[in-house]
Amino acid sequence: MNQLTTISAVREAIGGKKVSAREVAADYFKRIAARNGALNAYLTLCEERAYKQADRLDAQVAAGKPLGALAGVPVAVKDVISTRGIRTTCSSRILTNYIPPYDATAVTRLEAAGAVILGKTNCDEFAMGSSNENSAYGAVQNPAAPGCVPGGSSGGSAAAVAANLAVAALGTDTGGSIRQPGSFCGIPAMMGSYGRVSRYGLIAFASSLDRIGPFAHTVADVATVLKVLAGRDPHDSTSTTAPVEDYSAGLSQTVQGMKIGIPKEYFGAGMDAGVREKVTAGIALLRKQGCDVREIQLPHTDYAIAAYYIIATAEASSNLARYDGVRYGPRVEADSLIGMYRKTRGSGFGAEVKRRIVLGTYVLSAGYYDAYYLKGQKVRALIAEDFKKAFAEVDAIVTPTSPVPPFRLGERVDDPLQMYLADIYTVTASLAGLPGISVPCGRIEGKLPVGLQIIGPAFGEARVLQLAHAFEQAGGAAL
Amino acid sequence: MKISREDVLRVAELAYLELSEEELEKYRAQVDEILEYIGKLNELDTTNVQPMAQVLAEAQTVDATLREDLVVPCAVADDVLHHAPDPEPPYFRVPKVIER
Repeated sequence: MNQLTTISAVREAIGGKKVSAREVAADYFKRIAARNGALNAYLTLCEERAYKQADRLDAQVAAGKPLGALAGVPVAVKDVISTRGIRTTCSSRILTNYIPPYDATAVTRLEAAGAVILGKTNCDEFAMGSSNENSAYGAVQNPAAPGCVPGGSSGGSAAAVAANLAVAALGTDTGGSIRQPGSFCGIPAMMGSYGRVSRYGLIAFASSLDRIGPFAHTVADVATVLKVLAGRDPHDSTSTTAPVEDYSAGLSQTVQGMKIGIPKEYFGAGMDAGVREKVTAGIALLRKQGCDVREIQLPHTDYAIAAYYIIATAEASSNLARYDGVRYGPRVEADSLIGMYRKTRGSGFGAEVKRRIVLGTYVLSAGYYDAYYLKGQKVRALIAEDFKKAFAEVDAIVTPTSPVPPFRLGERVDDPLQMYLADIYTVTASLAGLPGISVPCGRIEGKLPVGLQIIGPAFGEARVLQLAHAFEQAGGAAL
Repeated sequence: MKISREDVLRVAELAYLELSEEELEKYRAQVDEILEYIGKLNELDTTNVQPMAQVLAEAQTVDATLREDLVVPCAVADDVLHHAPDPEPPYFRVPKVIER
């Protein structure tokens, strides 16, 4: 069959009885079987669950019942998001055999809307990384740039969609882990405002930063999936009570006259020349659409990486204390309880996770808390304030998603600081809690994908999607 | 140098994390470099800045974080124990903690 790669194509084909949901799922599993060995995007497939859901949908179609927003749509889920009865590893050895006893709310909502979950995707261990090379289960190939990393930490989700092994995928973003792999794999990828999507069932990395969000082939599909995910969940007290807009409804409205801020701090040294050229062309394209583009200032940008790596590692060191060999995961035996904890954790965690536990425990420890953690929280407030001031003047902020294009596998391992510094354009919106999307913005020399990031004010998802859609429709991907 | 070998040992002790000699020195050097970099925050005077302890909390309604303390069924105990490394239902077994 011709491959169905968008939500509307799948829904129309199934609703029009041209194909069954079971056939669509089978077609995707066939493609996965052919390509996943080389890509390593999926860690676990859940055929039984997928076909059960597909059959339910086919019965709905047969009975003439109305179909959900994602009816029959094959979806991949990052392996840090809990799926009842389906192995969920966080790409870590310490959860190698973990079977969650419940579904994350995001998963429940996907399935309630009719999505067919195909499997769980590879990522950096506990979502810590920007290249997917920190997975205990091997690196992921970038289908859009062979030999290169897919970005991270949600590299498997980005690669699965980019390689047409899913119509959409869930990722998680703590400091750029949805937007940057979206940029590297040449597809749109979005995180909503902090609290917009429930974190219930998301295995925690840094709770004040973690967000779940979608990857898809089009901005319209990103909008559809985000709408399904968004909304208050009593199981997550940080999930927001702010009302959810209909993200699809306003998608095609004109962006003429929309005020776009270009922060000058994001265009300094350290940006790859190819990225600069494409993003400059992207901004010119927005101008051509009638946007009112102006320079703005976000003066504390240069301090964002430092603040981010204090806060994220501090929260991680606390969240990861639960992996102790008692309730789940493998145990390494020892004479004493403490010895068992130490050995289990020492052998279960990979290098990046251990490094972050060391850093995070240090910045929280007696005598250093004020100098590091409290200082980080104060600088976080300054960064959020920068954005608040900027959004008094503009409707949206446009930046590159990453200062560098996809790099070669293995090229940057073992230099953590250099890897962290490349998160500079994404950690700021993470710290401030704001929504952000990465949309394809051409390819360097026709090869390496570049992403344009659009940041909106708090709960300004609809506007971010509207601008991203206009950019996409104007040919942003072909720049 | 911001962080010494002893600091890393102390932190590893606090985090119940066994590190090999090789890991100890490697992480010390890498974390040291990161802390050097983080030191740039001291360029900012934050004396009168309130730390950001909540994210977008102003958008929450009052009832978002408070609820009735109700008992609801949660029938996952068997599942949870089944996947534990050393279960003895209804308990998790751990190495001996108290010597008689």
